[in-house]
Amino acid sequence: MTRFQAAFSPTRSALVCFITAGDGDTSANLDALVAGGADVIELGMPFTDPMADGPAIQAANLRSLAAGTKTADVLRYATEFRARHPHIPLVLMGYANPMVRRGPEWFADAASAAGVDGVICVDLAPEEDPDLGPALRAKGICPIRLATPTTDAARLPRVLDGSSGFLYYVSVAGITGKQEAALDSIDANVTRIRQSTDLPIVVGFGVRRPDQAEAIARVADGVVVGSAFVDIVGEHGVNAPSFLQDLTASLAKAVHNARKG
Amino acid sequence: MTEQTPNSFRNQPDERGHFGQFGGRYVAETLMPLILDLEAEYIKAKADPAFKAEFDDLLEHYVGRPSPLYFAPRLTEELSGAQVWFKRDELNHTGAHKINNCVGQILLAIRMGKTRIIAETGAGQHGVATATVCARFGLPCTIFMGATDVARQAPNVFRMKLLGAEVVPVTSGAATLKDAMNEALRDWVANVHDTFYIIGTAAGPHPYPELVRDFQSVIGTEARAQLLERTGRLPDLLVAAIGGGSNAIGLFHPFLDDPSVKMLGVEAAGHGLDKEHAASLAGGFPGILHGNKTYLLQDDDGQITEAHSISAGLDYPGIGPEHAWLKETGRVDYTSVTDMEALEGFKLLCRTEGIIPALEPAHAIAAVAKVAPTMPKDAIICANLCGRGDKDIFTVAEVLGVEM
Ligand SMILES: Cc1ncc(COP(=O)(O)O)c(C=O)c1O
Repeated sequence: MTRFQAAFSPTRSALVCFITAGDGDTSANLDALVAGGADVIELGMPFTDPMADGPAIQAANLRSLAAGTKTADVLRYATEFRARHPHIPLVLMGYANPMVRRGPEWFADAASAAGVDGVICVDLAPEEDPDLGPALRAKGICPIRLATPTTDAARLPRVLDGSSGFLYYVSVAGITGKQEAALDSIDANVTRIRQSTDLPIVVGFGVRRPDQAEAIARVADGVVVGSAFVDIVGEHGVNAPSFLQDLTASLAKAVHNARKG
Repeated sequence: MTEQTPNSFRNQPDERGHFGQFGGRYVAETLMPLILDLEAEYIKAKADPAFKAEFDDLLEHYVGRPSPLYFAPRLTEELSGAQVWFKRDELNHTGAHKINNCVGQILLAIRMGKTRIIAETGAGQHGVATATVCARFGLPCTIFMGATDVARQAPNVFRMKLLGAEVVPVTSGAATLKDAMNEALRDWVANVHDTFYIIGTAAGPHPYPELVRDFQSVIGTEARAQLLERTGRLPDLLVAAIGGGSNAIGLFHPFLDDPSVKMLGVEAAGHGLDKEHAASLAGGFPGILHGNKTYLLQDDDGQITEAHSISAGLDYPGIGPEHAWLKETGRVDYTSVTDMEALEGFKLLCRTEGIIPALEPAHAIAAVAKVAPTMPKDAIICANLCGRGDKDIFTVAEVLGVEM
């Protein structure tokens, strides 16, 4: 059983937590998320031009780069995380250019050696899969794709073809952290997508509070929270871990219990 | 030249939007369906005589085309080499070549039923041209402009506002063109249902590089006919400045299969190629940004580095993908010109021909000033005078230390 298969279950929705690598004390932040009950970790690779991100994650990217974070540091955080947490799935999330800069094989090798389970490349449309997908698959890393409110029935097979690990449903047409997702549209879209795939479907963008997370967890296999954590790191810096752990715990409780009763 | 010479240099991109290894569609999934729609609509528009008729009519009666082809006698004499001719796209309505593309794209937006327009701008010329066509067709528009550029191109900011546009200053990054483009993309993903993004240069996800090139090719198509009529032959050399590359590809493309015509694209070398500059072909590496694969200024980790040019319109760390391909195939030569050389080119044209050029084509003029003297007197150079300099007089005054 892969780490992803172990993390998702039909009876219990999973909490997927995102933070940006190199922003604050990354290892301590990651440990806090795990201690709070995170089931899957998404570690953001900082990029100078995060054009799918809202102000919170943009600022985190710039803080991280200003602190001197390199690709080698991101991979080191991943390696150390894997040593401390052998069972929690770890996903690298970022933009294409830093991933392909030294060639897709280099990146796939390095990510695989670091114990990474999946990669989300925000600006790599399925049409451009040859730039990265084959190299990842060859190393057993899952290319995780995004489906959005604009991904209609005709296009969905294209998105699903070649994706593995889980499917990330972006609940709003927009950037991270901005709008709140409308629940009935999430419900309808997750139900629609589920007819075309056996992959677990996680829902993210605009999820910040336990009540929202709980409502989504009733229909989705996982719920992603990012900007809310990143805001905490922005506000508390190296003192963020205890705040991160508290928020994670309240979100985890909501998400894990959503399908009971 | 290592690659095999293709049969034609004019049949790019392929059906996936690739120019050799460059181009493509590197965008967030939210935008993909819209980009595929745009591609389908553009294919239909190209085949529709009514679309071409409306485009041509607007270019003639609204933009003022064809733009003149002008022989520059005193500049030619001063350089004492090849004859220098200029394609006068600075005489277009709004003062630059940018309007050619905006007319084409707004007609596409209307065909697609979009009711709101967004655009990015650097020098403000594309913003002004977009605001202009939006006023002409009664559509609301929002222009994203780096805060640095808002400050250095104040007259154009005021023009855009007069034309009814909302100008949003962007403060992220170095607050220039690249950051404005990021912000425009962010707006677009959030408003795909009603919004059309008028990209201002021959870059971005497919089909933008192709359609911007096609709309700008009116420059080269006219120049080719005018040169044949006036000189009886094809030119020896075409010269154009390169920001994203739209005025250059517009001039070059109709000549690409004329083997006797050499071409020179001029990038901005800023303070010098070993310092801060905006010459992505000379100083960059292939990478992925803003929807396409192309040469980018970047570090070893793929982080984009800030560009610098005295000219806001050239201050961008990338270049359109077709130029990346034309460089690799060897069909077009590329060179670069520093801020100071461009300033000399600017002054040279003012003094010899009574034409105040924009700082962008001042780079092309500086390159002409270098190559013309090395060529025989019967050789013909045609350079693209793609913008007028009214918007730049404040920048130039500041560099020259003149109080206004
Ligand atoms: C007059 C003028 N020329 C050139 C450019 C550079 O763009 P491109 O390389 O697409 O022609 C600009 C951009 O703002 C411009 O205003």
